[in-house]
Amino acid sequence: MENIPQIPRQMEPKVEVEGSKSSLWGQVWRRFIKRKMAVVGFLFLTMIFVFSFIGPFFSPYTTMGTNPINAHQPPSSAHWLGTDHLGRDVLTRLMLAGRISLTVGLGAMVLSVSIGGILGILAGYYRGIVDQIVMRIADVLMTLPGLPLLFIMAAIMSEWRVPAEHRMYIVMIMLSLIGWPGLARLIRSQVLSLREREFMLATDALGLRDRRKLLNHLLPNVVPILIVTATLSVGGAILSESVLSYFGLGVVPPTASWGNMINAANSLIDFTNRPWLWIPPGVAIFVTVICINLLGDGLRDAIDPNMKGR
Amino acid sequence: MGRYILKRLAYLIPTLIGASILIFFLYSLVPGNFIDGDPNLTAERKAELYALYGFDQPTIVRYFIWMGNLLTGDLGFSLQFQRPVTEVLNNYIWSSFIVAFASLFLTWAIAVVVGVISATKQYSLYDAVITILVFAAMATPSFFLGLIVIKYFAVDLGWFPAGGMTTTGADYTGWEHVKDVLEHMILPVLVLTMLGIGGLTRYFRTNMLEVVKQDFVRTARAKGLKERVVIYKHALRNALLPAITLFSFELPALFSGAIITEQIFNWPGIGAIYMQAFTVRDYTLLMGFTMFIAVLTVISNLIADILYGLADPRVRVK
Amino acid sequence: MSERASVLEVKHLSAHFETEQGIVRAVDDVSFSVKEGETVCVVGESGCGKSVTAMSVMGLVQTDVKGDLFFKGKNLAELSRGDLRRVRGNDLAMIFQEPMSSLNPVLTIGEQIMEPLLVHHPYSKKQARHKAIELIELVGIGRAEQIFKSYPHQLSGGMLQRIMIAIALSCDPDMLIADEPTTALDVTIQAQVLDLLRTLQEERNMSMLLITHDLGVVAEVADFVVVMYAGKVIETGTVHDIFASPKHPYTKGLLYAKPVLGNRTKKLYTIPGQVPNLVDLTPSCYFHERCEHAMDICREKMPTLKLEDRQHVACWLYEKEVKG
Repeated sequence: MENIPQIPRQMEPKVEVEGSKSSLWGQVWRRFIKRKMAVVGFLFLTMIFVFSFIGPFFSPYTTMGTNPINAHQPPSSAHWLGTDHLGRDVLTRLMLAGRISLTVGLGAMVLSVSIGGILGILAGYYRGIVDQIVMRIADVLMTLPGLPLLFIMAAIMSEWRVPAEHRMYIVMIMLSLIGWPGLARLIRSQVLSLREREFMLATDALGLRDRRKLLNHLLPNVVPILIVTATLSVGGAILSESVLSYFGLGVVPPTASWGNMINAANSLIDFTNRPWLWIPPGVAIFVTVICINLLGDGLRDAIDPNMKGR
Repeated sequence: MGRYILKRLAYLIPTLIGASILIFFLYSLVPGNFIDGDPNLTAERKAELYALYGFDQPTIVRYFIWMGNLLTGDLGFSLQFQRPVTEVLNNYIWSSFIVAFASLFLTWAIAVVVGVISATKQYSLYDAVITILVFAAMATPSFFLGLIVIKYFAVDLGWFPAGGMTTTGADYTGWEHVKDVLEHMILPVLVLTMLGIGGLTRYFRTNMLEVVKQDFVRTARAKGLKERVVIYKHALRNALLPAITLFSFELPALFSGAIITEQIFNWPGIGAIYMQAFTVRDYTLLMGFTMFIAVLTVISNLIADILYGLADPRVRVK
Repeated sequence: MSERASVLEVKHLSAHFETEQGIVRAVDDVSFSVKEGETVCVVGESGCGKSVTAMSVMGLVQTDVKGDLFFKGKNLAELSRGDLRRVRGNDLAMIFQEPMSSLNPVLTIGEQIMEPLLVHHPYSKKQARHKAIELIELVGIGRAEQIFKSYPHQLSGGMLQRIMIAIALSCDPDMLIADEPTTALDVTIQAQVLDLLRTLQEERNMSMLLITHDLGVVAEVADFVVVMYAGKVIETGTVHDIFASPKHPYTKGLLYAKPVLGNRTKKLYTIPGQVPNLVDLTPSCYFHERCEHAMDICREKMPTLKLEDRQHVACWLYEKEVKG
């Protein structure tokens, strides 16, 4: 039989009801630990963070130290990933670029989760005119193609002559402007369905104040889905940042990001003969995003086993 | 149904107006334009050109002029190509469409089969391998995948041409020409397919897993139907229905995603044109392209909803 | 009654599920038999393994199902997948608890009735269609032609259950398994569907295995009763014996718990406690925590099914050694 193993509803073992909040998260933790792929993803991700943020301190090469005589060295024992056209150590640059790419990814996530989360909760809770305004804006933003929108914002940024070291913050803002509508929609629909649940009706009956209802009763129920989407959105943000930076519209040199390091492939000689310049940053993006997705997926299963994996 | 469609149409008008406002004012925020970019022009000539193209008008006035033209189907005049934007788009959209359509077809065909098998063999080795591949596909930046594919298949192995749509210099006609284009298509289609396949496979897997738990699948088995019939007739039909909506998102996304792949593979489609127009700040073309995708998104959403209504008996009656 | 041949003999059936909490023994060493033309009711509270027993007989659970299932002399447990499939829906049919979700929402009623006909018989489409219309009329729905073309969501729960019965009976099965067929329906409809089932069963001399928690239903249709508790059979007997002199404290409790009109007591009797968690049960009588007669031995050893008067019961109260 190719039946899917399945326990009839009434057969499911009763899970002991646990009283305190901490044990609820304890359960989540126990379920998470059981998901090997997610744990592996989490461990690798930790290693990538250590590599990027602590790694440079152990590198014998200075961050910006150029050395033209030493340019275009293939990987060797001195330079594990070779050197670039200015003689900089690629491995060191890879670590530094990781700082930027990871920071942009996390920053964009925090911003879009804040905007999308707050607007989504408000729209779902107050409905009516607030909902209309928020959702119409979200509709418009979701109708527009993301990439051209990012490009045009990047062009404005270039024309305004934003200094290179500040561009990463602008990139975060840009990514969050693109990212929040989807999040707001998701949270709103979640809040709309929560509103109709008995415990929220009970808060109405108890005559609690709005602030209390929102913060003490609604928010804790939205947090799980928020955590999962937030995790997964970091991966998306890192990918988008790399596209922008690859096309020279995101983070620009001398600040290194994984995306603009791959830009080296635009030179034909570097592309065909010096793969150590552009393959490692691509692999770094790939590994990071895969780990983030595995982690997010595991979290989703752990937090709510019935949530649909999309 | 007729009333529903009318309601939906009325509903999407404000969305499109909002989109047009946003597009226009974003692009007008960027300083510099095609005329400023040309250093050979004298001040008087510039002023003349400004007047000719209406750049001397206030932004609001220009928006209404643009909007008015838009309603008559006129997307403006591309300064770079010295042709109407509609004509430029029309010239290049078909080569984009060929690639988009080929990869769309491949993505769906593969994703349905792989997703369904993966769902019916949940937790098997096959399922695990597919899951890993799906995650890999979703984690690869498109431009990087393009570069790797060119490096390996075109440069190192020399199996396929690295870019372009036809072999330069060669003047093939008839069947030879078709073969030449097909060869150039393989790598871009491969990359687009690999990018799209992850999410879709996952979608079908989860949907199938949901559907095979339903009571009616058990009924189908209790009737003594073959497992193949249970899965492909009873379960898959129900899993495919909601996917119609997804289909509508795919087409506009492919056109906007084409910007990256066409740039990498030097494929002469609207994505590559967009990048060219971008470097010379040919705003009418840029705005036209963006608006075109926005309209495409809205319309395909509408079509998807209508199709869903036609396909699902539960919605059909209402 | 004993001279009739057995259609189904379930011997030492066990179905275990692995879950995150441990192994759930949903069905544990269950044996009973169903004779020709007889209705056997399996009763018990929800979560006691009734449904899993029924599904295991049909081969519809994929898990460790152990034991023998003799159906008309053939052991279903040893049949190949293809042979088992040819029995299902043909000689052995089943209807389920939720008629609303048991039919495919995107296929017409007609198509779904025709399917088993086309699979198990060499019918042409036209013949199958004709037969399907007959079947719709047989289960007491008018406008058969119109119903044939409708989709499930256009019909009421009661009508859908009738359609399910039509599908189940389409190939003239020797035995029908009905898993709580009336639970999801309105009370008036329940009686209609039950009547229909009983009439059709008598007309066709079909055996029936009816899963229910409703003792009213049992009293109406059963010939023989199997009482289950926590995955085990704890008492079996004819419907008369079980109702007249229940032996097991649990059976007694079930019967007391049923309200009787004109006999209002202050408080309805309830069996205290609930069905134990089926994970990692230690050898004992699983009912001991809820039993007013619980003795020391009940907490240490599992009683086995033994003949007492005219029915079988698994309870230490009836063991000679303990009584003496």
